[in-house]
Parts: sequence; C-alpha cells; structure tokens
Amino acid sequence: MLKEGAIESRLVAGPLVVTTWPRSFLLPPHSRGKLLRDFNQSTVVVGHGYASFQANRRSLISFSDDVSLLVVLIDTNPFFWSTSSSSLNFHQFVSHVLVFLDLIVRLSQLNQIVVIATGHNTCDYIYDSSLDTDQVTGEGELPALYSFVLQRLEEFVDKDEKLGAKQEGLSEKRASSLLSGSLSMALCYIQRVFRSGPLHPQPRILCLQGSPDGSEQYVSIMNAIFSAQRSMVPIDCCYVGSHNSAFLQQASYITGGVYVKPQHLEGLYQYLATVFAVDLHSRSFLQLPRPAGVDFRASCFCHKTTIDMGYVCSVCLSIFCKHHDKCSTCGSVFGKAQLDAASDRKRKASES
Amino acid sequence: MNNSEKKRMNGEAEEENEEDVEDEGRDAWERTYTDERSWEALEEDESGLLQPIDNKAIYHSQYRRRLQSLSATSAASRIQKGLIRFLCVVVDLSKAAGEMDFKPSRMAVIAKHVEAFIREFFDQNPLSQIGLVIIKDGVAQSLTELGGSPEAHIKALMVKLGCAGDSSLQNALELVHDTLHKIPSYGHREVLILYSALSTCDPGDIMETIQKCKKAKLRCSVIGLSAEMFVCKHLCQETGGSYMVALDEGHFKELLLEHAPPPPALAEFAIANLIKMGFPQRAAEGSIAICSCHREAKVGEGYICPRCKARVCELPTECRFCGLTLVSSPHLARSYHHLFPIEPFTEISARQFELSRVASKTCFSCRESLLTPGAACTKCKQYFCLDCDIYIHESLHNCPGCESRRITPAAASATKS
Repeated sequence: MLKEGAIESRLVAGPLVVTTWPRSFLLPPHSRGKLLRDFNQSTVVVGHGYASFQANRRSLISFSDDVSLLVVLIDTNPFFWSTSSSSLNFHQFVSHVLVFLDLIVRLSQLNQIVVIATGHNTCDYIYDSSLDTDQVTGEGELPALYSFVLQRLEEFVDKDEKLGAKQEGLSEKRASSLLSGSLSMALCYIQRVFRSGPLHPQPRILCLQGSPDGSEQYVSIMNAIFSAQRSMVPIDCCYVGSHNSAFLQQASYITGGVYVKPQHLEGLYQYLATVFAVDLHSRSFLQLPRPAGVDFRASCFCHKTTIDMGYVCSVCLSIFCKHHDKCSTCGSVFGKAQLDAASDRKRKASES
Repeated sequence: MNNSEKKRMNGEAEEENEEDVEDEGRDAWERTYTDERSWEALEEDESGLLQPIDNKAIYHSQYRRRLQSLSATSAASRIQKGLIRFLCVVVDLSKAAGEMDFKPSRMAVIAKHVEAFIREFFDQNPLSQIGLVIIKDGVAQSLTELGGSPEAHIKALMVKLGCAGDSSLQNALELVHDTLHKIPSYGHREVLILYSALSTCDPGDIMETIQKCKKAKLRCSVIGLSAEMFVCKHLCQETGGSYMVALDEGHFKELLLEHAPPPPALAEFAIANLIKMGFPQRAAEGSIAICSCHREAKVGEGYICPRCKARVCELPTECRFCGLTLVSSPHLARSYHHLFPIEPFTEISARQFELSRVASKTCFSCRESLLTPGAACTKCKQYFCLDCDIYIHESLHNCPGCESRRITPAAASATKS
C-alpha cells in the first residue's frame, strides 16, 4: 500500500545534508480510504465518533465529553532518522502520522489538532486546525491537510538544517532533539485554550519521539511535566527509537498518560489509531497498555550510575553516592556551621 | 393605638421571620445587592462616566510589580533558598476567630485556605514537613505531629473546628519551640501564625520566649486578620520573618500562598549536611506484602525500602523500621526550579513594539496575535504575550524561546566571557 520512496540524509563531517523530498511516497486516496474502512469494522472508537458526529450536526455548539484538542509533537531530528536501523524511515513515519491526524479530524467536527515539530536546533508550529488559513490546494487528489503539513514540514527541516550549519560541526553520535522546547510551546498553547472561555475541548499532548534523551534537558523537561500535571494535561508517548526513554516514561506516569514502544513499527498507524485516538473521557472504558515498570531511581552526580541509596546535599539537592566533605555543585562545606563559627569569633573579639 | 402598636410589633416580628425565610429564597437580583455588591466593580473616569474596572490590566501590573520586587531582592545578595523546611502552622481558634467579618466566619475562611496552602506547600517543597498547632482557651495544643502527608493534616484540621476562649501567643511559641528543637540541623525551622485576636494572655514574659525562639533560629511569620499588633511585629522583626495583615479574603489567600515557595535562607540559619536518602523501586506487580503504614497485606503497587526491605505505600516518607528517608527523583526535581530560576522578562514599550523587526506580531509560545505590547526574554529576544509571561514564570519555569535554541558549548562560553 505504501509506495516506496527514499529520503537520503548523509552526515557529512558535521553539517547535515538532507536531500530532496520525493513526492512519490504520498498515499493515493483510494488506499487511504481502504485503511479507514478496515478500521471501521474492527474498532468501536470510530463508531462512537460517528454517533458524536451526528449529534454535532444537530447542535453545533455543544461540547460533548469526547471533544479533544490533540497537540502532536513530531520528532524530525535528522541525526536520529538517518541512523535509525529500524524498518521505519522518515517518509513512512510521516505518512502514518498524516493518516492518523486525518482520523482525529474525522472523529468529531469539533476536534482540534496542533502539530509542533521538534528539530535538532529549533522547534516550530507546523499546523493548527483552528486557523482557517487559505490552505494550499492539494496536488491533484491530495487533501489540503496533507499537502499543507508536508510543505510546512519541508520548510521546517530546511530551517533546522540552516541553523545547524551556522554552528561548528557536531559529531555527536547520540544527538538529542529539543523536546523541552516543543513541550513548553505546547503547554503555553494549551493555557491559551484554557483562557479562551468555559467551552473548550479537553487537551492532551502526544509525543512521537525517536531521539534519545538529552541529559542537559532534564530540569526543563521535569519542569514541563510538573506544569502539565498541575494543569491536568496528560502526556502520551509513542516512542519509535531503539531503547526506552526514561524521561518520557516518567512524563506519562506522572501526568497520567500512556507510553507505548511499538514492537512492529511497520504497523505504526494501528498503534496510533487504537491507543492514541481515544479521547480522555472514553479512556476510562478501555484497557490501554500499561507500562511494566517505571524506574524512578536517581543517578549520582559523580558517576552517573543509578543508585539505590545515596547522600543528598541539603542546600542544592545534588545526589552523591559516597560521603564527601564538600558539595561540588554549590560549594557548601558539610557538617560545619562555618558562618556561625565566624560570627561567634567576631562577637567574642568585640566583647573582649 | 394599642392595636396599631401591637400590629407594628407583630409586624416587626413577622418581618424578622420573613427575612429569615427570604434569606433562603432570595432572588438572584437581590443577591447581587447584598452579597456581590456589584457597584464596587465600577469606577469613574475623568469625565465622570462610569466604567467597569479593567481587571486584566490591574492583574498584569500587580504581577509585574511583584516580579520586580522579587528580582530586586534576589539580585542584591547571593541568597540561597531553604529547600528542606520544617514548618509549624499555628491557627488561632480563640473567640475572635468566630467573628463574621470574613464570610461565613474567620475560622471557616482560615480552614479553607489552610487546606489549599498545605497542598501547595507539599507541591512546591516535597521534602519538607508540616505540623499543626491550635490555640484555644488560652492553651496551645499540637494537632498533628511533623509529617509529610497532606491528607493527614487536612483531615485533622477539618475535624477540630470550634472557637472558644482567649488566645495565648507565648504558649504557642513555647510549644512550637519544643517541637522544632528536635529536628536535624540541616532543616530550616519556620513558624506561620494565623492570628485573629487582638490580645494575648500569657503566663510569663513573652519577650523572653521571643529571645529563646531567636536563639533557636526559628523564623516566625505572622498573618493577622484583625489589626496590627506590636508584639507580633516585634516577634517577626526579631526572628527575621514577615508580618502582614489581611484586608479581605482574597488578600488573605494571597498572603498565605506567598509562604509556600521557599524563603530566601541566610546561610547561618541551617548547617549544610549530607542526608542519607533511599530511592526505592516499585514492588513487582502481584507481589504480596504487609505494608508498614497500614499494617495490612497489600498486593503490588508499593515501594520497597532499599535498606530494610520493608514495603511502603507512598513517597516521600520515612521508613518506619530503619528511619531512612525515601524519595523518588521527581520529588527532588520539583525543587530544581528554585535553584535554577529564569530571569524575568523585560516589558516592551509601545514604540519598541512598532519598530521591532518581527514580521507577524504573535506571541512565540502560544501564537496569539499581540494586540498590546507584551514582554521579551533577555536571552533569546523572543516576544511573549502577558498571559504567557505570567504562566511561564509562575508555573512552567522554562522559557520556550531559550529551550527551542541549541547552544553549543563554544557559543555558550563566548556569551559568558
């Protein structure tokens, strides 16, 4: 069903070269229709959506429980997609995601989607379904949504590449994407929706990530996760990389979302449609995949190994595995009240 | 005459009854006069015409002023924050707490807001502990011990809500001093007193008690609900706390929640120490063990202490058998934003806004078009709307513009030098 295409990306000693994006991989409409028809018979979700579609036609401004605002964060990090050895390459991934976005839009007239791309050097908004822009008329039979998103994605990847070329060559094997940036932008957008009035769809965030975790982003990602927990916005994750992402597992656990690492990446659309297309209200009726175990152990600052028991500095909360005399992060000396002793000495000197 | 007098008296009695009945069945338009006082939401402009108060602009300017004062004090000196806090909340339940100037009564308002405060406190300081003390009939009693579970404190407070007798500040301070004397030296000792009375009946010399508290390094803050008192002011000045008097319910809530984030801690108050902590793993699905908190057998879903292998139900907590503090890494991570705060954004004047080179004037994070000039980040120079500015600084603690840039080590060292 999916036509073969190729996206070549060669790492040339630093600056990334992404070659042209062939149009041939785009799905022709009749095969897309077949995908959806297959799902019509098998899943309950689409039937439910059809009923709400009818209800919405009757009263256009009624926000039923199952209206959702889905913010999708797509990982376009070329360092990951060029080196991933899995059966999924970037163009196939995008085509799965596009069909999934179309599904969300068709489930309810009032559903909204926002797409944000997570690049290596920058993040940006790609698509917002609530904006009634004059969408680019599709290439022949392609619907406007597909061609618009593809065009914007291509512009984004070019911009990302240009920003990377300005900097000196990075020869990192495990380069991470800027997940904290796109999470922060998504949360700000969701706050804007909350401010817009009492009638708004229920927001959630879906992270389609493949790049490994960047340890320099730990604090920012945790800040974003706690803010999402306070605003009650679940962060779901469909991880298409090789090893599990500890940050995203924690994110889904803390915010009450779903974390899935699909075993068969060729069928990515099926995972997306059965697990992530469900709105928040209906999740209580379904058995969604639960993680086997989330590792919350901390890693010590000196060796970066995960530890069971450790020592924590009371001033700056840095974690050590062995007893030290001085904290390497904040410089405070342990066990001695230095300033106290100094002020005592001064007082005694002035008294005598 | 007599009949008419009698009728009038009867009429008055009936009117009183009718008023009580009408209280329940009052119409919405009547309630706007008595309860909501809608005329207070209007103000006059220069020509004498009435206009509704623009709440949004006031809210924004208040927020900016608060941020300016905070950044001024923190920039002035290298002050660290006290992250491990042991706070005793003292609630005054004397006769004065039954006053109705806060609707429905001062006591009810205090209880409601203390509940919200406790939840916010544990949200921002997961490693800290709270203890509750009440003053009633001139005696102070400890309602709950110092502990880290919000539900236990809230439940205990809601049960014991009755006011009577006099209030005694000295007894409360003595009790709090004894409680907080026992805690380890790395913790910051704080007391928050919610005082409604206008006097204090003490068995001894309160000035001595205040000196004792000062020596023990207790930081006492008071929020008054009636009027300013000299003894409270003296206490706060001596111990380095803050004394504020609440004007109304909204102001009281704001003052109370200001005590939730960690206060700037002077280095001499607490000794830096390495605390031994355990990071337990989750118990396997389906394993059965007797949990140490409820003393009953439970299946799965718990944590195992790494030192003594006892099962606990929730984190953070102290293992009941070996005394090890058990936390998980998100609890520590909750406090990191206090250590790495983001700088406040600078406000853009209208002229600057027009001259700016940004093509489409939209907020960088939420893409809403900027009708009024907003704020800009000093590092990444992106524009944000005022609502995003407030959200970023109060809840998110990440600048989206700075997070969406990749700074290579070379560029970072160039900007530093």
